[in-house]
Amino acid sequence: MPNVLRHPPSPIRRPSFRERITRSTLWPMLWKEFVQMRRDRFTLGMMIGLPGIQLLLFGFAIRTEVRHLPTVVLDESRTMESRAFVDAIRNTGNFDIVGSVGSREDMRRQIERGTARAAVIIPPDYEADIKRHRTAQAQVIVDAADPLASSAAIAGATLAGQARSAALGAQNAPRQAPIDVRVRPWYNPGLESSIYIVPGVIGLLLTLTLLMITAMALVRERERGTLEQLIVTPISKTGLMLGKVLPFALVGYVQVTVILLLGRFVFNVPIRGSLGLLYLVTAPFIVASLALGLFVSTVVRTQVQAMQLSFVFILPTVLLSGFMFPREAMPPFAQWLGAIFPITYYLRVLRGILLKGVGMDALWQDTLALAAFALVLLAFSVRRFQKNIE
Amino acid sequence: MTEPHGVAMLESSDGGGGPAVQTERLRKTFGALVAVDALDLTIHRGEVFGLLGPNGSGKTTTIRMLCGLMAPTSGRAQVAGIDVAEDPEGVRHRIGYMSQKFGLYDDLTVQENLRFYASVYGLRGGERVARVKEQLHDLGLEERQHQLAGTLSGGWKQRLALASATSHKPEVLFLDEPTAGVDPASRRLFWDWIYALAKSGTTILVTTHYMDEAARCSRLAFLSRGHLIAVGTQEEITRHFGTETVEDAFIELQRRDETPEGGKHPEGGRRPAESGGSDRA
Repeated sequence: MPNVLRHPPSPIRRPSFRERITRSTLWPMLWKEFVQMRRDRFTLGMMIGLPGIQLLLFGFAIRTEVRHLPTVVLDESRTMESRAFVDAIRNTGNFDIVGSVGSREDMRRQIERGTARAAVIIPPDYEADIKRHRTAQAQVIVDAADPLASSAAIAGATLAGQARSAALGAQNAPRQAPIDVRVRPWYNPGLESSIYIVPGVIGLLLTLTLLMITAMALVRERERGTLEQLIVTPISKTGLMLGKVLPFALVGYVQVTVILLLGRFVFNVPIRGSLGLLYLVTAPFIVASLALGLFVSTVVRTQVQAMQLSFVFILPTVLLSGFMFPREAMPPFAQWLGAIFPITYYLRVLRGILLKGVGMDALWQDTLALAAFALVLLAFSVRRFQKNIE
Repeated sequence: MTEPHGVAMLESSDGGGGPAVQTERLRKTFGALVAVDALDLTIHRGEVFGLLGPNGSGKTTTIRMLCGLMAPTSGRAQVAGIDVAEDPEGVRHRIGYMSQKFGLYDDLTVQENLRFYASVYGLRGGERVARVKEQLHDLGLEERQHQLAGTLSGGWKQRLALASATSHKPEVLFLDEPTAGVDPASRRLFWDWIYALAKSGTTILVTTHYMDEAARCSRLAFLSRGHLIAVGTQEEITRHFGTETVEDAFIELQRRDETPEGGKHPEGGRRPAESGGSDRA
């Protein structure tokens, strides 16, 4: 008969530090997680491929800047000066001149039908005004149904006006196109949204992976009954939790790297600051997100619930953190709400390092906030996590 | 053990050393539902102890409390001489547990599952390799060691689960309906292993619905609606209740327990106070 069992002497003595490290139940847990991860090709592919998909989605499809707005011209002046102004408008790249119209009525119809999204109107006395050193009036009408399109168009038109004024030489009167817009896009002169969006995608993806996938991975063990078998073993609570979440931290870093590479070489996103600093400050954000994932897993019973609750945290990531919409434009309540999510601070750090090239002296407050989130959330989640099945 | 619970406590020989499992007034409630009530149970070392009872009688809840998976609402439990509430980790080193549902990883191979559990129980390096090899051999899993656990049939899964639960050679082994959904040949084989384990000194607590399996246990306990209604060897139980088989005794006991008036206990004691309210016919 099998030699399955002889009585084990179970000596209880205090293990040395070295023994505590080598005999830690974290190692078998990590080993198991990596074997499972390697075997689950689909999920692994999703986690590694997701950065690419997301970036293409946000970088190409959802462009918040508007180029090539179809534009018609109503040139009542029909002079060299007016044609030069139209050229300047075209040269901004924001406008595609699709035709000229003979009357305001005609212009209105084109915009209403949507065949034109913008129109340039040059009055009959345009060239005469310039010659008489009076401020020449030119009008740019923009279909403002899409506010993003209009702001880009207005900015473009302003630029064109300034360009023409400069070309004419600063004579007596201020020769600015009478379009009063104050758009001063620092760091991103072309209002290229991909540059703005790449840091956002890093934050969003880390939140998705670390929060939702972590929560679901833990709940899956509960649902399948493998957690029950696992917690009757002497595996330590820390070993169990860390072993479960650390592999995802690694995945997170791989994702950050993939996005940075794609951003740099596909979208020409500048990396002006220190990469080392970026990877360093990413750590507290990762810990905070993992801890949130753990927290979610302690609250819910099923994977579906885990996904639903994760969205409670993911929505503010998209809406309130400044990922897509500038926080400065939000009402105070929304700003305050955004401030209780770690992503808001992380995005400022990312943009600061990538786009502005600033260092710790400018980012220490946000970094401190992230570290505080990480500590508090982790302590809270570890306390909540119980080694039982109730 | 005090009399007034009215449990049919039958005499039985005491094993050597302290008991492997001892509970005192163990109770577990889930909201208004009383899953286990006033449970006094003593299991001696080396016993193969069968826990019988209909579905929902509290068998699984009892095992889960003894393994430290659930905290009792009140009462005390000692396993392998250690108080479960005071030192759950100490208990976990000394016990093995096979849950009703297959609790191993479908996406790991047989060998990987064994390796993982051996590591979790603290085996490292050559020691672990040797133990995994030994278990693969003992349970005839060698040929399937590289098969994913999820693709195994019921009987093989159960072998693997038993191996994983015993990689650290536990003092007490809890088996919650280990043979549900397993073919007769595998069941027989499984019981051979159980006996081998018991022979080498492991105490075994097993729940089952099969009466032929109950007959293989050295002692039996009957649970009904959360409380203990009888404990003893097969002979003691059949003799005492004047029935031919354990199954008859079991059905009779359950009938008495669930009938409002007919439930006079053999000793003439009163049945335990019901917290569940009215009796069902």
